Amino acid sequence: MKTDFFRGLRHGIPIALGYISVSFGFGIMAVRAGLSPLAAVMISVTNLTSAGQAAGVSVIAAGGTLIEMAATQFVINIRYSLMGFSLSQKLDHKFNTPHRMAAAFGITDEIFAVASAQPHELSPSYMYGLIFAGFSGWSLGTLFGALAGQVLPQMLTDAMGLVLYGMFLAIIIPPAKKKKSVLTVILIAAGLSVLFKYALTFVSGGFAVIISGIIASAVAAVLFPVKDGEV
Amino acid sequence: MSIAIYIGVMALVTYLVRVIPFTVFRKKIRSRFLKSFLYYIPYAILSAMTIPAIFYSTGNIITAAVGTVIAVVLAYLDLPLIIVALAASAGALITDLII
Repeated sequence: MKTDFFRGLRHGIPIALGYISVSFGFGIMAVRAGLSPLAAVMISVTNLTSAGQAAGVSVIAAGGTLIEMAATQFVINIRYSLMGFSLSQKLDHKFNTPHRMAAAFGITDEIFAVASAQPHELSPSYMYGLIFAGFSGWSLGTLFGALAGQVLPQMLTDAMGLVLYGMFLAIIIPPAKKKKSVLTVILIAAGLSVLFKYALTFVSGGFAVIISGIIASAVAAVLFPVKDGEV
Repeated sequence: MSIAIYIGVMALVTYLVRVIPFTVFRKKIRSRFLKSFLYYIPYAILSAMTIPAIFYSTGNIITAAVGTVIAVVLAYLDLPLIIVALAASAGALITDLII
C-alpha cells in the first residue's frame, strides 16, 4: 500500500514539473488581473485546473456574475466528467465511496492520462501519490508565480502573460494538424470568439467562450462523429 | 462581491463535475453525438479562450502577436508544451526590448 503511494508519486514527478512552470504563468496572470497572491494560491489549491482557473480569473477581473462563473466552470471542466466515467471502470476493490470522493478532486488531463495508461487496476494509494505530486507542483508554482508577479520588472511579467495561452496553442495545434475534425472545431470556435469580442459585445467574456465552444463542438459532432475507440 | 465567494463557486462547480460521474454513475455513455461532443469540447474551449485573448495578454498587441506566431510555429513542429509556452514569452520579451 505504501509502495503504491510512492509509485504514484514517482509517476507524478513529470506532471509536477510541468505544472510548476504552467502554474507559475497562472500565478503571474492572476496577479496581473488584480488578485492577491493569497487569492491566486487559494484558487489553485481548491480547483486544480488550468483552463478553468484562467477563465475564472477573467470572470472575477471583469466583475462577472456568479451564474456566469458557475456556467463557465461547468462547461470548461465538463471533460473531467468523461474522464471520471472512464477511470471509474478501472478502480480496484479498495475504492469505496469515500476514496472515490477524495480521488475525484484530482482528476486532471495529465493525471487522467497517466492513470488510464496503467496496465493494471488503480488503488486509492496509487491515485493519492499521483495526485499529491500534481497538486504540490500546481500549488507551489502558483505561489512562486504570484510572488514573482509582484517583484519582477513589468516587462518580464508582461511577457509571461503569454505562457498559459502558449501552452493552450501547444495542446490544440498538433492534433489539428493530424485531424481535419479538430482543425474545424478550432477554427469555428476561434471565429465565433472573435465575433463575440468585436461585434456581439453585449455577451460577456465567460459566456462568449462557452457559447463559442458549445456551437463549435456540436457542429463538429454532427459533421465528424467519432468512431468507437477513438475517445 | 467578495473574492472568496467567487472562489467558492468555482471550486464547488469544478468538484461536482468531477465527483458525480466518478462516484455515482457506473454506466457508459452510449450516444455517439454526446461522445463526439465531449471529445471536441476541450479543443473548442481552449481555442475560444485563446483567440483573440492571446493578443491582449502582454498589454502590447505587437509583442503578443510575435509571441503568438512563435507559439503557433513551434506547436506545429510538435515541440513540448513548456518549450512552446516559454519561447512565446521569450519572443514577446525580446520584441519588447527591441521596439
